[in-house]
Amino acid sequence: MLRFAILRLVSLGLSLVVASIVIFTLIEIIPGDPAAFMLGLNAQADTIAVLRAELGLDASPLERYFGWVTGMLTGDFGTSYTYRTPVSEMIGERLWISLPLALIALGLSTLIAFPVGILAASRRGSLVDTVVMGFTQLGVAIPNFWFAMLMVLVFSINLRWFSAGGFPGWDEGLFACLKALTLPAISLALPQASILARVMRSALVDTLDEDFMRTARAKGLTRKQAIRHHALRNAMIPVLTIIGLQFSFLLAGAIIIENVFFLPGLGRLIFQAISQRDLIVVESVVMLLVFAVILVNFAVDITYALVDPRLRRPS
Amino acid sequence: MNISRNIAIGAMLSGVFTIAALVSFVWIPYDIEALSIAERMRTPSLAHPLGTDHFGRDILSMIMMGARTSIAVAFVAVGIGMGFGVPLGLAAAAKRGSLMDELIGRGNDLVFAFPSLLIAILITATFGPSALNAIIAIGIFNIPVFARLTRGAALSLWKRDFILAARVAGKGSAHISVEHILPNLSNLLIVQGTIQFSLAILAEAALSYVGLGAQPPTASWGRMLADSQTMISLAPHLALFPGMAIVLTVLGLNLLGDGLRDFFDPRLRNAEK
Repeated sequence: MLRFAILRLVSLGLSLVVASIVIFTLIEIIPGDPAAFMLGLNAQADTIAVLRAELGLDASPLERYFGWVTGMLTGDFGTSYTYRTPVSEMIGERLWISLPLALIALGLSTLIAFPVGILAASRRGSLVDTVVMGFTQLGVAIPNFWFAMLMVLVFSINLRWFSAGGFPGWDEGLFACLKALTLPAISLALPQASILARVMRSALVDTLDEDFMRTARAKGLTRKQAIRHHALRNAMIPVLTIIGLQFSFLLAGAIIIENVFFLPGLGRLIFQAISQRDLIVVESVVMLLVFAVILVNFAVDITYALVDPRLRRPS
Repeated sequence: MNISRNIAIGAMLSGVFTIAALVSFVWIPYDIEALSIAERMRTPSLAHPLGTDHFGRDILSMIMMGARTSIAVAFVAVGIGMGFGVPLGLAAAAKRGSLMDELIGRGNDLVFAFPSLLIAILITATFGPSALNAIIAIGIFNIPVFARLTRGAALSLWKRDFILAARVAGKGSAHISVEHILPNLSNLLIVQGTIQFSLAILAEAALSYVGLGAQPPTASWGRMLADSQTMISLAPHLALFPGMAIVLTVLGLNLLGDGLRDFFDPRLRNAEK
């Protein structure tokens, strides 16, 4: 197990290094000098040069890359070109919208998918199975941002239960904030729940045919008990994989959904920063998100090695 | 689930939009570049079956043109994925355990580790928003999908007797990969291609929605939805029809993919990915 964990840790580190190089290179290619952009059309060449020096843009790309990476390792993400505030502060504020949003959506998706998948699998071939799976087929096909717009139309414009967007800020109380995150979280969660329910169903259906299930029934367990104690645990591997993958979908999806609901999260920050050539913000936010995703995938790998000892052997 | 029913419904749905896209080359009900303020935001009527938008453009015509964009982007993006992914997968399987196999495998893992939409946003932001950059961004993420699938399936084929026979006949591994392995993978590739096609349509819609896909005047379902958002309380039909076009196309392709998989391999009938 230790060997497995160390191997995975090494590949985690490598992924992060390559990811940082890819992101840095891409950002380097973005046309437009941030200093020239900040000073506007009438700026003198020497003023631009002074600002470039001040922002550290006159250093060689290699120096800037190492400066950026070592800075991040110590929690210093640099200073925003546009707002002159530390990027880590900006990210910190926004993170408290994007992260809860993604986590609530992940929770919702799991809460919906598990019972639905188990129900469909245990009544395989019945009318319930067909209807439920039909709905998930539809759920998979719906773009989450369109679903979000429909939710706004129904629950904000027609029923007036929720506001159509915006975020009150955590000072306004937990309830107001959760209310503002409700529609976004549901729109993010539903398509993901459909995918997860389908995976849950097929993983369970596969295990239901296994010999150990027949043995469990033969020794006197009810169908329900056999599913709960034996089938579920064995069906968890594909389900865990998908939950891990979904986290990255949810983070990226949150970027889009934040645009629908005008939530001031990381997604809005990225788009704003791109349009303002605030490249240091863009690269740091993207790196942070990639880091989160790589970390989650690592955690998933470790988790299913814990769940299933067979996976600890290197393939 | 009935196999042939999946294929029938799926083929019908995706067929409708393919035909709409093809017809748009020779005929659309109205010119979508002609604005007509007098006719703006009309609800569906005989003259405009799906109504008109805030510039008075016919929604049906725009959806037909949008189908063309969606299908073209998805087609090329999946083409990129197959064009690079399949040879990589074949090569990795042919030289199993070699340094090249290892490198291809790690490269796949790396691309998979990135949240695809985020990198697509970064790429289109770097090189400017356009349909072409959307295609490249989506295509890159299709490469590891096909590379992994091809490698996995090819590995098991390499153990079969008919491959041994081909080797005894003196054929090299490149020869065998192309002449004997690849034809046996075609079913698998068709099924995965269908699924990736539907994912590509969703990705294109999302990129266009945030303004990083096809640019005006090219019609795109995602951008139609973005445009409709501010007017959703005045004219909900503007948001309804492009969204339904996306859902029906994607649904059709998914059903078709599922149906074909069952058709090609009845053993997989219960295994859904």
